[in-house]
Amino acid sequence: MFTDFLIALTMLTNFTLVATSRVNKAIQLAVFQGILLGLIPIAMGLGKHLHILLVAAAAIAVKGWLIPFLLRRAVTQAHIYREVDPYVGYTVSLLLCAAGTGLSLMLAHSLPLKPGSTPTFLVPAALATLFTGFLLLVSRRKALTQVVGYLVLENGIYLFGLLLVEDMPVLVETGILLDLFVGVFVMGIVINHIHVAFDSTDTSYLAELKD
Amino acid sequence: MALLLILLPLVAAALAVLIKDSTLRVRLLPATGALHLALLLFVLRSWRELPHNAWLGLDALGGWVLLVVSVLFLICALYAPSYLSLRPDRDHRVFTVCILAFLGLASLLALARHPGVVWVAMETTTLVTAPLVYFNRNRRSIEATWKYLVLGSVGIALALLGTLFVAYSAHMGGLEEPLHFSRLMAAGASLSRPWLRAGFVLVLVGYGTKMGLAPLHSWKPDAYGETPGIVGALLAGGVTSCAFLALLRIYAVVVAAGEGPFARELLLGFGLLSMVWALVFMVGQVDFKRLLAYSSVEHMGILVFGIGIGGLAARFALFHLAANALVKSVLFLSAGNIHRSYASKQLPQVTGAIRRTPVSAGLFFLGFLAITGLPPFAPFISEFQIASAALTTGHLASGAAFLVLLGGIFLTMSDTVMQVVFGVPSPQRIRTPYKDTFATTAPLVLAMVLALALGIHLPAPLRALLEGASSALEGKPPVPVVSLTGVAQVVQTEVRP
Repeated sequence: MFTDFLIALTMLTNFTLVATSRVNKAIQLAVFQGILLGLIPIAMGLGKHLHILLVAAAAIAVKGWLIPFLLRRAVTQAHIYREVDPYVGYTVSLLLCAAGTGLSLMLAHSLPLKPGSTPTFLVPAALATLFTGFLLLVSRRKALTQVVGYLVLENGIYLFGLLLVEDMPVLVETGILLDLFVGVFVMGIVINHIHVAFDSTDTSYLAELKD
Repeated sequence: MALLLILLPLVAAALAVLIKDSTLRVRLLPATGALHLALLLFVLRSWRELPHNAWLGLDALGGWVLLVVSVLFLICALYAPSYLSLRPDRDHRVFTVCILAFLGLASLLALARHPGVVWVAMETTTLVTAPLVYFNRNRRSIEATWKYLVLGSVGIALALLGTLFVAYSAHMGGLEEPLHFSRLMAAGASLSRPWLRAGFVLVLVGYGTKMGLAPLHSWKPDAYGETPGIVGALLAGGVTSCAFLALLRIYAVVVAAGEGPFARELLLGFGLLSMVWALVFMVGQVDFKRLLAYSSVEHMGILVFGIGIGGLAARFALFHLAANALVKSVLFLSAGNIHRSYASKQLPQVTGAIRRTPVSAGLFFLGFLAITGLPPFAPFISEFQIASAALTTGHLASGAAFLVLLGGIFLTMSDTVMQVVFGVPSPQRIRTPYKDTFATTAPLVLAMVLALALGIHLPAPLRALLEGASSALEGKPPVPVVSLTGVAQVVQTEVRP
């Protein structure tokens, strides 16, 4: 019951994400979503397994504390506060997000769940979140918002991973989390260099190379 | 012992962080490369003895790919000191550390027996190679780096989802973690089909992005165009080979589950599309480094095309991996030399390079002949065998299209290459102090000789390794090694009624 509530909240966050123009708000929302995801395994009653608890705690620490720290630093270094003039407008983004969510529900319907497992919204929610991440990545100009899109995309994958949470080796889960952290770290550095080189983090300036 | 293959480059990378003297640090590269190759050759003697449930272990497929990467790394490492001495203004420490870390991660990827570990290794190679793309530290290279990072990360994220789908298909089939490849392949028949199929599509798109298959290659011309030739060689022959291996691991599971025809159809389509796309963008390409990038898109297409045909063509696709890596190293390194000599990599400025840098330009031309499939170089063997396997196994239309595309690519590529090498020197050319030296050309000659030797004769141990690697792609799980007592136990249990 509580799990479904958390999953529904995650899906609602998707809609708020595509409709916001402030970069700080987008970061806050992605972080909120990351923390929600960290809570789901506990809500699923898996808190008794120590390794799941540890990985969930690590996920909350990375997504709720380390990554926002990196992103906020990038915001203050590069002075970007608003997403101006995105490639796809906010209304259209919202409609697309709704369409994507509907499509995810249909798609998830055609993929069978393991017989005997409790019916869950995890699969459609994972696909919808993945789609939202994609949408943010391709429709926004600011490099930072694109990183938020990448985070949301990863959140979608993490959501799907919860189906397998009891089986997943800790080694692999830790590796995935570490890669996410280092990835955002490297992207933060590159954003800073983009800011220095172009005096802007608008990725539409990055259009010199083409055929 | 095999673990050392991963640790050696990583320890060398850590040393490179600590060493202050830049000449000493750079010497770490050839030393590590040579040691790694020697160690690998030693470990490879026992590729047949793979423990069934190990997390790390070298089988024929991983061994073959790692051998290719290790040889390529050694060639680049021999070239690196002379190249870096030409660029005293750049940060050699980051370069050396990243390039060594890449070798360690490639080893991890080749040895990994768990799809999750393969994924982690692949993602980390993207992260450690990103600073290499940014070596030149200008606006153009930062644009290339951003595209490389974002597209690579998204692609690899999809590969993770695909890997999870495959894991869920095993979960439905009642298979418990840890999902080692040997176990996944042995339990092939019980995997859930819809999840496996969806998983393969995602993995193909994901690792295909890292390989640079069209239409997911858009980072490739930018990244290869803006990096030094040495990084281009490592990306085109090393990182792409790693991504190809990651894809093949999942492909082998899909084949073992009896979904081979479905996967092969997709691979055929992606292969031909990549070749068509490369051909279109090679027409009138004035930037010779970008030309090489599109040639890389083409050859990634040839690799998956060969796997898509299957059987003998799959074996020669694996052979082509080695042929492509060797010849691409010649092409990228010589292109780098020509670029350095003219301070430009575009056609009106760079013409008639054979007069200014005869050795580099000559090697560039030979490399072009080799990569477009002229005998007696190694790519000729693989391209010829893949085409003939396609035509004799009933893939008439695909085989014919493959040959036509190869011909078309030869013609369009020769247009640019002939002007660069033999054209009339342009009046706008800039004079630079760069001259071909022994140190900047000898590693290229070595790679060219190896490509020629592979085209003439494949030594028996290599042949055995290649055959072992291609039989892994036919869905047969590697035969577990049973000790003598184990055999006795098996016999006893079978004898008992």
